[in-house]
Amino acid sequence: MMKFLKLKPNVGLLSIPYSLIFIFFFFIPLTLTFIISFWDYNEYSIIPDFIFENYAYIFKDCLNFEKDICVTFKTYLSTFIFCFITWFFTLIIGFFVAYFLAFYVNSITWQIVLFLLCTIPFWTSNVIRMISWIPLLGRNGLVNDFLLSTGLADAPQEWLLYSGFSIVLAFVHLYTLFMIVPIFNSMMRIDKSIIEAAYDNGANGLQILWNVIIPLCKPGIVIGSIFVITVVMGDFITIGIMGGQQIPSIGKIIYVEMSYLQLPAAAANAVILLALTLLIIWIMTKMIDIRKEL
Amino acid sequence: MKKSLTRRNMLKTSTAAIGAVAGAGLLKGFPAIHAADAPVIRYLGTAVNMGDAVQKRLFDDTGIKVKFIVKTTDEVVKTIFTQPNSFDIVDSEYFSMPKLVPSGNLLGMDTKRIKEWDNVTSAFTKGEVAGKKIGDQGTAPKKVMYLKGAKSKEFASEPTQYVTLIPTVYNADTLGIRPDLIKRPISSWAELLNPEFKGKASILNIPSIGIMDAAMVVEAMGEYKYPDKGNMTKEEIDLTMKIFTEAKKAGQFRAFWSDFNESVNLMASGEVVIQSMWSPAITAVRTKGIPCVYQPLKEGYRAWAAGFGLPSTTKGRQADICYEFINWYLSGWVGAYLNRQGYYSAVIPTAKKYMEAYEWDYWMMGKPATADIMSPEGKKLASKGEVRDGGSYEARMGGVACWNATMDENKYMVRKWNEMIAS
Repeated sequence: MMKFLKLKPNVGLLSIPYSLIFIFFFFIPLTLTFIISFWDYNEYSIIPDFIFENYAYIFKDCLNFEKDICVTFKTYLSTFIFCFITWFFTLIIGFFVAYFLAFYVNSITWQIVLFLLCTIPFWTSNVIRMISWIPLLGRNGLVNDFLLSTGLADAPQEWLLYSGFSIVLAFVHLYTLFMIVPIFNSMMRIDKSIIEAAYDNGANGLQILWNVIIPLCKPGIVIGSIFVITVVMGDFITIGIMGGQQIPSIGKIIYVEMSYLQLPAAAANAVILLALTLLIIWIMTKMIDIRKEL
Repeated sequence: MKKSLTRRNMLKTSTAAIGAVAGAGLLKGFPAIHAADAPVIRYLGTAVNMGDAVQKRLFDDTGIKVKFIVKTTDEVVKTIFTQPNSFDIVDSEYFSMPKLVPSGNLLGMDTKRIKEWDNVTSAFTKGEVAGKKIGDQGTAPKKVMYLKGAKSKEFASEPTQYVTLIPTVYNADTLGIRPDLIKRPISSWAELLNPEFKGKASILNIPSIGIMDAAMVVEAMGEYKYPDKGNMTKEEIDLTMKIFTEAKKAGQFRAFWSDFNESVNLMASGEVVIQSMWSPAITAVRTKGIPCVYQPLKEGYRAWAAGFGLPSTTKGRQADICYEFINWYLSGWVGAYLNRQGYYSAVIPTAKKYMEAYEWDYWMMGKPATADIMSPEGKKLASKGEVRDGGSYEARMGGVACWNATMDENKYMVRKWNEMIAS
């Protein structure tokens, strides 16, 4: 105990580098983004001001229910749907991959090898990945060739590429890893004797999974979900490439505004996106106290 | 204990892997060093028309080295605004000038220091090709060429000694098609929205250029005749976007593209059979052995033009090196290199000296090739007997209908374009 107390001042010192990084690369940029979202702008400069025009424009027509649903709501709605579907599939697949790695693979070497296999989607650049989907899913691609030659379809299936389907496919392909790692981490912390105790008390495999393993994996599941949801909320490259640039994303709107130097408008969009993402994370952390579980 | 330690290692490995993935995108370029004896020029631009051969030749001829800072068209403009000292020379398009010049970040270029200035093509200086006026809707170079002085932020309507950019390269753009999949002649921009090509058309997702292609289509369909396609009113933007939104909702487009390589892949894979395209993309599809035509259309071409500018802080030795580089660039070797890619050099007589007679006849005169036509990289572009799409320089540049543009209502246009993408 005394030893710990002696160490205390050093702990304060040790936290300085991280605090500095946090302040300079997180807090200050974010504060600037927030401030600039109230500025005015023209073709070539941003003008210090305090206006709500940038925010007002984002929600323009959104409260007019006689017209079609406004662009902002439509974009967020489509992003939320992608988020949900991607989250659902990455969770199911990620959970069972982690389960397999944690409980069925006993050698640490094999666990590492199999883990590295999961990172393969990240070994190539976005452009290469995009190009490689075309020969597989395209009009003249392998999947369509197979469907046509076996008579399962009589015309090439166009929804396979540049569609919601291909976007979800790419997301799941990429981000399942973000689910696997934290869930695997949680699973490895489960004391094996708890499972044995459940077994000794007559629980069957399914009951152990549902009543013991899943509750104990909750922190991993929530952390993985936060990873996946934040990444999908802010994504515009995958949605752009796999959706043939025909499906909207908030990220793309921000990107276009930035490239036309409409920085205050982009900042306003970024603030709203950040607020919504934080809201989702806040709700998820309400479900489980991550700090306590870690 | 042992178990938990190894688990730690395991996690370290996997976290490091994720970290490496996340960090991979961050490591880009660092500043060039200006050594007194080996001048290095930091060249900001899209560099789509530049290759290693240019750097090598430049070094052999002048001892100057070039370090490319490669960005997309829009990002080049953004860099000039936000990091005006991060480059020594910029290769920019004329349509960015109405935005860039008022910022004062670019230097007025002194034409007295350009050896070949008097030989710069009249398409730039007067808006004429072979003595005939060409289309000047949009930001035609002659409108934004001259400045009132070296440090001026205003355009001059009459020729002066100072210009915004020293012209280098330009071209007349049109639609690219797959003749083997379309199997009938195409002669109008209106075909882009022809329901016959439903799900097989594409347009580029760069608003400032896409809107011009869209306007060519709308006018060709007979829906509306713009007083100036390159400077639409809000109502005209609404109308144009409405027609494209409806087509998009009806499933006309297979995809939109924003990256040069995407357009090549869409076309080469047959996902798309008609789309907005750039000249080198056509070349890239053709060198794969896939037929692809840069189809001349009766309504004319959408032209673009680029040139060199210097940051306003340039002076002394740095300015000398940059002017030397520009003079070398216009002295013919690069001109021939650009012409062989299907672009046009701003100084035509010097480029001619570096081209073989049969090459000149094919690229510039629109005559049938008397020998196989090769790209600068030595790949075959056309066989003996073939004629260039669109024909001669005079036929192509003479057929220009409008130029890439920055509109007064640019802000509104970008927002409407985003809405179309989201629809």
